[in-house]
Amino acid sequence: MSAATVDLADRASSGKHSPFRRALRIGLILGVVAVYGATVGILPLMDARWVIVHVVSLGDAALIAIGLSGGTVVAARTRSSEFWPLVPPSLVAGGVAGGLLALLALAMQAFPLRQIFIPLSPSLLKSLTFGLGAPLGGAVLIVVGALLAVLGAALSRAPEGLRKPVTVGLAFVIVFGVFQELIQIMMQSGGAIDALRQSIYTWEGLTLEGALMIFVLASGATFVWTAWLRGPARERLIHLSPAQRRYAKAVRVVLFILVLVLLPVVAGSYIGQVMMLVGLYILMGIGLNLEVGLAGLLDLGFVAFFAVGAYTTAILTADSPHALASYTAIPSLSFWAAMPIAVVASIVVGVLFGIPVLGVRGDYLAVATMGLGEIVRVVVQSDMAAPLLGGAQGILQIPKPRIGGYELADPVQLFYLTLAASAIAAYFAWRLENSRLGRAWMAVRDDEDVAQALGINLVKVKLLAYGLGAAFAGLAGSIFAVMLTSVYPSSFQLLVSINVLALIVVGGMGSLPGVMVGAMALVGLPELLREFGEFRFLLYGAALIMMMRVRPEGLWPSATRRRELRDEAGESVLDEPEDAAALARRRVSDLQKTEL
Amino acid sequence: MTDIARGRTLVPRLRSLSRFTFVDVVLWALRIGVLVVVVGGSVGTLIKGRYGAVQWFEFLTFGVTMGSVYALVALGYTMVYGVLRLINFAHGDIMMTGAFSGYFVATAFAGSGFLDRDPVLAMLAIMAVAVTTSTTIALLTERLAYRPFRHVRGLAPLICAIGVSFFLEQTFRGAFGAGVRAYPDPKWQKGTISVFGSSVPILQIVVVAAALISMAILYVIVQRTKMGTAMRAVSEDADAAALMGIDVDRVVVFTFALGGAMAGIAGVCYGFIFKQVYFYMGFTPGIKAFGAAVLGGIGSVPGAMLGGLFLGIVESVGPALFLDGIGIPAPYQLRDLIAFTLLIMVLIFRPYGILGERMAKKRT
Repeated sequence: MSAATVDLADRASSGKHSPFRRALRIGLILGVVAVYGATVGILPLMDARWVIVHVVSLGDAALIAIGLSGGTVVAARTRSSEFWPLVPPSLVAGGVAGGLLALLALAMQAFPLRQIFIPLSPSLLKSLTFGLGAPLGGAVLIVVGALLAVLGAALSRAPEGLRKPVTVGLAFVIVFGVFQELIQIMMQSGGAIDALRQSIYTWEGLTLEGALMIFVLASGATFVWTAWLRGPARERLIHLSPAQRRYAKAVRVVLFILVLVLLPVVAGSYIGQVMMLVGLYILMGIGLNLEVGLAGLLDLGFVAFFAVGAYTTAILTADSPHALASYTAIPSLSFWAAMPIAVVASIVVGVLFGIPVLGVRGDYLAVATMGLGEIVRVVVQSDMAAPLLGGAQGILQIPKPRIGGYELADPVQLFYLTLAASAIAAYFAWRLENSRLGRAWMAVRDDEDVAQALGINLVKVKLLAYGLGAAFAGLAGSIFAVMLTSVYPSSFQLLVSINVLALIVVGGMGSLPGVMVGAMALVGLPELLREFGEFRFLLYGAALIMMMRVRPEGLWPSATRRRELRDEAGESVLDEPEDAAALARRRVSDLQKTEL
Repeated sequence: MTDIARGRTLVPRLRSLSRFTFVDVVLWALRIGVLVVVVGGSVGTLIKGRYGAVQWFEFLTFGVTMGSVYALVALGYTMVYGVLRLINFAHGDIMMTGAFSGYFVATAFAGSGFLDRDPVLAMLAIMAVAVTTSTTIALLTERLAYRPFRHVRGLAPLICAIGVSFFLEQTFRGAFGAGVRAYPDPKWQKGTISVFGSSVPILQIVVVAAALISMAILYVIVQRTKMGTAMRAVSEDADAAALMGIDVDRVVVFTFALGGAMAGIAGVCYGFIFKQVYFYMGFTPGIKAFGAAVLGGIGSVPGAMLGGLFLGIVESVGPALFLDGIGIPAPYQLRDLIAFTLLIMVLIFRPYGILGERMAKKRT
């Protein structure tokens, strides 16, 4: 069964229950989510960030969103389009969700839970119960939850002309409030923009007046767009000629690149640093995408190639006793000379890595590659390799790259380096995807035996996947080394492999734009919300589970994948074995057609 | 090509006979390299004679202790794999949840003096709490994360399992903090008993005894009870078992519960051996125990026990025996290296394990 059918089955079975049991279930799930957030410590962290200064914190916003979604989920699960029948179940759902939080508050007041659960602090209790103490505050929580759910239900049954502006306005307020630091930096350019900034922000964040202003502007603009502008715009888009459409696409791409190039200049070096990190992960994602997305080789030792790139660059360029230049006749190289060598070294390691695991398949392959990656880390960290690689202290004093006499020291400048590298990598990956080799990879992914029977040389094709995937990781590692100007074994944990895997899974396996979307969502976003940094891995875990359950094809699936999904009439390809076999057969016949 | 392909299909076998490719060269180099390190290192160490009989005995007993913990964890992997054909990546973390809950009870007992006053009862209570927690979490992960993928093939279930592993680790990190917490160290655990003229720490005996008892119980459950028979039937052929009127869902739930219980006991043992718990502690023993399960032949319960013991002993004796002899400084840092090398060698050269062949024969 696919995730979609499971969901359908869920819906069908919940359809049998009375609306109240369904509402109870929704309320319980939402309440558990809220209690979980509080116990794990996300909620207290969110409470520390204001959306509107001294009025609404991000934590409040999250709880409000949970309350509202009680109503919207009830509405989505009910067929009738009327509002009034939704009120009682919404009340139940919201009340139950609030009730679970109230129970948590009661438990916190009655028992010294803090001794076990660190985040359950008295300040959390105070903010949960509005400072009223658990019994009274809990009652308020239940009532507020129920009312919010009704509001949510009302909103989802409201006409589009009302619903859309309100949601867009709220979203704008939240974005402007949560990212206030960055937006304020961007708006500090002076003149009229700075005056505008001062009218909506204080140094602490968004003011209430500012929030109202943003809400009115955003919802007003949305209202105008939906009411009068959207129809004609669509009309015009439909009547475009193919040439015009291509032109429009080119303009969009150029605009996108222009924004990418200019953003760090406008937004300052912090954004530059974040974008640089995103760029590095895009590079690695492109590499792993060749292995996992195209060739279907789940490689959890990917970080080893990244480490090889970084360490090769380090020992070739660094000004330290571990550099090759200090104990051999090899001269100290510049970054530009070391980078290609690092990439070649990664390719060699990738192929060497791939040879022993050629015959290992599926799950075993994941564990075997993970073991190989861990071996690399253990060896680098040990005293055995310390004379060569610096052991746990790593290699320091790696010079920044220079162009002429000019040093690329700033994160923004390094971002341009990463951008250039990712652009080249993306071009290569795009050409590979549509090449004979790319099709061979996809055939291997779908069925190794069939692919071999068709005359695809498994050894060659798989080793190319490992080698080329490693090349991109090596390039990323090389840039990573000069970014930090030092390399430590602790930077090359398994977490990095999982991180890259998570971003290609979220973006969509085998899809290039998916890699970018995934990197922005999983690397960029947690980096922008700095204090949530420690929860990013929780996010990765949750993202992997949710994506596999709800949307296995990813946020931005590749064209082939999308076509396959349409072929299967909504069924995911990963699922039914028979379907997969049928698909493989069809893919094979496609392959033959294209290759003839 | 590798052994598994050779065993399964005729074409690669013929090809590998007719020509010796560079892939074979690398694989043979790997085999010979490992063999040279093992033999050369052993000879070197024995000639050097740095370690006396007492030390070897200590390595061995510690190896048996760790091995019985690995065996307990490996049982969870092997049973779940047998029934679902899924690597429960989060199993090591389920062990961690047991260790954590055991930690809270153990510190409470140590504070009240109960752990010193009545060791047997206290240990039993700690283990009971750990087993309850880890079983509950194992069942929750099964219901929420694995059941939707029951009939899904491909990478999706494995990726989901990796996600579960991360989710559990990070949840515990958030709720209980990222720091390392110290397990209590009661006096009686420091004592030793003399066995064959050498002294063995009481703690190691307790751990081995706990592991042996729980494995014996598990073995009886799997071999003698109705549910155990159903489990073996499902791992033999799930569809046929369903046709015979076995409720596969119940069997899967039962399997996860058994595996979770074993992991809970293993977690408490691990906590008392290393005296510390932290959110990431389950990962490495989890992977090693998976290696042990594969080594013993995945899907085989006695295999997991043997594989765990073997891994524990090799890992404990190995650094001194193999690595010291070839002159590697600080070989103990490379304990994990030995375990991972063993894991990879098994996956590459003998993916059906030691007892796997017998099982495979029985099935044909």
